[in-house]
Amino acid sequence: MSTKIFKHIQTSVVPLPIENIDTDQIIPARFLKATTREGFGNNLFRDWRYDNEGNPKTDFVLNEPIYSGKILVAGKNFGCGSSREHAAWAIADYGFDAVVSSFFADIFKGNALNNGLLPVQVSDDFLAKLFAAVFADPHAVIEIDLVDQFIKIVATGEQESFEVNPYKKACMTNGYDDIDYILSKKELITEFEEAR
Amino acid sequence: MGQTLFDKIWDAHVVSSNEGFPDILYIDTHFIHEVTSPQAFDGLRARGLPVFRPKQTVATADHNVPTWDQHLPIKEELSRYQVDMLTKNCAEFGIELYGLGHPFQGIVHVIGPELGITRPGGTYVCGDSHTSTHGAFGAIAFGIGTSQVEQVMATQCLLQQRPKRMKIEVNGKLQNGVGAKDIILYIIAQISAAGGTGYAVEYAGDTIRSLSMEGRMTICNMSIEMGARCGLIAPDETTINYVKGREFAPKGEAWDEAVAYWQTLYSDEDADFDSVLSFKAEDIEPMITYGTNPGMGIGVTQHVPETASFEQKQQGSYKKALDYMGLHDDEQLLGKPIDYVFIGSCTNSRIEDLRQVAEFVKGKHKADNVTVWVVPGSKQVQEQAIREGLDKIFDAAGFPLREPGCSACLGMNEDKIPAGKYCVSTSNRNFEGRQGPNSRTFLASPLTAAASAITGVVTDIRSFLKEEELV
Repeated sequence: MSTKIFKHIQTSVVPLPIENIDTDQIIPARFLKATTREGFGNNLFRDWRYDNEGNPKTDFVLNEPIYSGKILVAGKNFGCGSSREHAAWAIADYGFDAVVSSFFADIFKGNALNNGLLPVQVSDDFLAKLFAAVFADPHAVIEIDLVDQFIKIVATGEQESFEVNPYKKACMTNGYDDIDYILSKKELITEFEEAR
Repeated sequence: MGQTLFDKIWDAHVVSSNEGFPDILYIDTHFIHEVTSPQAFDGLRARGLPVFRPKQTVATADHNVPTWDQHLPIKEELSRYQVDMLTKNCAEFGIELYGLGHPFQGIVHVIGPELGITRPGGTYVCGDSHTSTHGAFGAIAFGIGTSQVEQVMATQCLLQQRPKRMKIEVNGKLQNGVGAKDIILYIIAQISAAGGTGYAVEYAGDTIRSLSMEGRMTICNMSIEMGARCGLIAPDETTINYVKGREFAPKGEAWDEAVAYWQTLYSDEDADFDSVLSFKAEDIEPMITYGTNPGMGIGVTQHVPETASFEQKQQGSYKKALDYMGLHDDEQLLGKPIDYVFIGSCTNSRIEDLRQVAEFVKGKHKADNVTVWVVPGSKQVQEQAIREGLDKIFDAAGFPLREPGCSACLGMNEDKIPAGKYCVSTSNRNFEGRQGPNSRTFLASPLTAAASAITGVVTDIRSFLKEEELV
């Protein structure tokens, strides 16, 4: 089955300069009762975004109309905690195509890649530059190119290359799927089982 | 060059390894539960695929189940629907389900080991990050996302990059009142909530060796709280004695063969680790967390760090955490009034945990200001506790023994800590809202939780132990 294709984006960004954002913040457990993949974006960052009565908290960045775009820029160790893929679904469902941070938790990173959501790991310095750029100009445009593996602050031309697993890059730029790949090796699996 | 324990097990499970691709790793047992499986089953249906090896898939209902009146239909509609969906999916795809009412039902990371499904040298995955628990047996075990749950259902394999290897040694004698939970909270506080990211962590040293299987499971369980891919401990006599005779453990000749193999599972003396850390058991106090990630922990007599002690760019996140917790710089938690005590979760809900708590609370009673929930990890743990009369001790102390499930560890069912309330919890995460919207969690050991329930304030268990020694 093909998945979403990602090659290149150029867009404004949403800044969230908080470290150790865990998947319970991204999507609290009480919203994990759904049995489909859709609709989690409505509850993305639920408890930071809405008060107990369900009213938007005006000081949270997703509720500040001045910030928008397809890239979420967040503090170090993004996506730590629970393995819930619902976190990646919620971010993608809300409309983000990429998350930028100076460090990602492993399971989140894998889940994002499996959902066409690109995790871009940058240096602490470059992350600071990104935050500075967007706080100076909320409409600052950032370019992410997966094919050539760089991220760029368009106005200043400052850029940094980022790493991505070559296999996952091939999957994301072509819409390939892990299960199709493993099933293409099915004979090896049964051989392995028989040899044990 | 010798091999690490991790590499020995990994290599024995590689189906295919190709340059530029992650390895295709064979999975011995896939544990599933109601929350992270429905979308994976839908994926299989969309592809027209069966579950490739249903007999190597084990299901239970744990995250979303009530911990009272489990014999009645689940009241909450969405929870009931999700649990019913698991029952339906397991029936359709031929998977054994230990659902509500089944004598083997319980938290997935409690039942795997207690049924003898988790064994040394195996590979185990589950759509739950605390799958690292099973590594206590000298196995590779880690949490996966739902797309990967679908992958394992479809192929019994997982595409995985081999992580780096870290060894964490703990040597020396633990202080009285300090246990496995304190060890792991101490390690995470030392290396941070991201300090293990990218690594498979092997725990070693004589202190680790001296722990029971329950203690080892507590340690490996929280490996994910420092970001590690998995945690593992080489199997030894303790491990073998634990597995022996359990429901699905190998029997007869198969047992002897298995044990012979398990005895080869250790890191060779000249094995190469990417990182080695060492800690002294004597340095570890009973631990408690004060913040909103498990790395924010201190010895129970210590004070909350000052904001100024952090780098400028971290201060915003730090202040946000303290504000959420209603704490201030340099505050001491010792003596702070609490509202709830939760004893349970895949970290600390096994029979040994309950025995330890029962022994301590026998003849004591909880403070009036505290509500206590004791939630066993499985139906078998609950039954054992009742057989041993622990339920009567708990009742007399005001610690009602509930029915098994994940409960207030993540508050998916009705067991939620109310907004603004403090809970001393034996679970694994103190994230904002983890135990209920705006709840405040202090993570600690079962003994620290029990002692705090008795006094009504955050308590140093050692003060009780000294008193009791004098009597």
